[in-house]
Amino acid sequence: MYRLLRLNWIGGAFGWLWLLVVMLPIYWVVITSFKTQATYFITDTLAPPAEPTLDNYRTVVEAGFIRYFLNSVVVSAGAVIPAVTVAFMAAYAIVRGAGNRWLRSINSVFLLGLAIPLQAVVIPVYLIIIRLHMYDTLAAIILPSIAFAIPLSVLVLANFIRDVPRELFESMRVDGATEWGTLWRLAFPLTRPALVTVTIYNALTIWNGFILPLVLTQTPDQRTMPLALWTYQGEFGINFPAIAASVTLTTIPIIVAYAIGRRQLLSGLTAGFGK
Amino acid sequence: MTTLAPPAVRVSESRATRAGGRSGALIWLTLPALLMFTAFGIVPLLGVLALSFTTWDKIGPIQPSGLTSWTAVLRDPDLPHALWVTFLIMGLSWLVQTPLSILIGVFLAAHKRYRGFLAVLYFVPLLFSSAAIAIMYKSLLDPNFGVGSGPGMGLLRQDWLGDSTLAVGVLVFIVSWQYIPFHSLIYQGAVRAIPTTMYEASLIDGAGRVRQFFSITLPQLRYTIVTSSTLMVVGSLTLFDLIYVLTAGGPGDATLTLALDMYKTGFQADLMGPASAIAVILVLVGLIMSQLLRRLGGRGDESQQEGM
Repeated sequence: MYRLLRLNWIGGAFGWLWLLVVMLPIYWVVITSFKTQATYFITDTLAPPAEPTLDNYRTVVEAGFIRYFLNSVVVSAGAVIPAVTVAFMAAYAIVRGAGNRWLRSINSVFLLGLAIPLQAVVIPVYLIIIRLHMYDTLAAIILPSIAFAIPLSVLVLANFIRDVPRELFESMRVDGATEWGTLWRLAFPLTRPALVTVTIYNALTIWNGFILPLVLTQTPDQRTMPLALWTYQGEFGINFPAIAASVTLTTIPIIVAYAIGRRQLLSGLTAGFGK
Repeated sequence: MTTLAPPAVRVSESRATRAGGRSGALIWLTLPALLMFTAFGIVPLLGVLALSFTTWDKIGPIQPSGLTSWTAVLRDPDLPHALWVTFLIMGLSWLVQTPLSILIGVFLAAHKRYRGFLAVLYFVPLLFSSAAIAIMYKSLLDPNFGVGSGPGMGLLRQDWLGDSTLAVGVLVFIVSWQYIPFHSLIYQGAVRAIPTTMYEASLIDGAGRVRQFFSITLPQLRYTIVTSSTLMVVGSLTLFDLIYVLTAGGPGDATLTLALDMYKTGFQADLMGPASAIAVILVLVGLIMSQLLRRLGGRGDESQQEGM
């Protein structure tokens, strides 16, 4: 018994140690963002600021933060809402029409999509966007983002729709409901938790996306947050407190969203993806 | 987490036949998704293959040039180097991430209140964009002004990103910092799915915690290890943002991976043909690696998803 207790103690210590590894850089970024550049160089790097200042945040906001933030909101909402909607329709059809030769092939196309790395196709995507005269617009980021959110969304949503008891679909049918009606009045409410999970997951991926904005936009007006961060880094040079403030400021919206949707996201990730 | 290996999803045949006559309406429902995905997923995939047999400088016309791009890429000494760096980072981050993720997953799987609290905080690195993480670490590791410059931090005072060997190590550490949270979550779910009766039976046989871990937990996690490893391996192939912002492939070309090589060749040197050839190699390596891991898992074409 003594041996078991001791191992448990080691596990606990290890758990808190890992928390330290996870949190230390984040702690550093947050405290640094409240220091002035002058005090940053003379005080202990890990000590909190004696006189916290919001100056760095002002600098970041003045450097166009709000614009970049809104761009990110437009890109994320503009990509996630259509992506989840069309993926949901497709997932419904794939589950309900299982066995149909065409639907099976369509499903394989989506599954193949899971293996296509975005980076590998970024050159042709760039070419297509140029040809569509959409280069340097937010739509240029939105369209490929929708496409690349579809495969995983179809997979996860189909796994959930499959759990809806077949009898429910049959009784809707007997009552004369169309597929469209069944889709929205039965499958939609029953798979809402999965829809929320998929929405959060895609929003996170697209919000943090870097290569599409990097390759498909050019002017500062069309920058999204990760790309703005990258340019802030150049602008602020060794003004680390300002860089730290820009990292903190761009991450706050996601932390807030996580605080709200945490339960859904974590349970969705362990259960939803694991189906 | 940009890509996942394709898991084969099977659908029971009995349900299949029932679907019969209504399939027409159902196919219409898949069309919007199919069109979007074809236009910006499938077409570009074929496009990158086609472009690898052309010459294009981003501004001028695209001209067919046979195997020129391919011979240029295959003869370029940068390619074996980029392949080596890609596999080195892939292998090292697998070695670091897998044991730690399993241990943390097992630790979190116990139903204890403070562990639930830890799980919530462990997840936080996944919320940061790779760009933010790269910038954060870059400032933190700055040899002159970063954390190593503080009093009593002499040990940490290194030119972390300026030294070839150190830079690779730092990169592997940061990748692990970012993704262990995700993998430990997968393991946490898998450990909770192991029947408790197995542990009860082993307890009667007098097995201790360590013995239980190696005789029950690890074997039961076998398929989860395959799934998680596939995600890690394919994911590290597509690692781009983090390296691009952190080191841009440097110092020298110490951290120049395939994905980075492709970007630099195409968008910085304006050699879209050779860059497309590198992209095709990237796709092939990804497919081969995920197939290989699937075979290793010993489950052939069965669903990998069950293991998650």
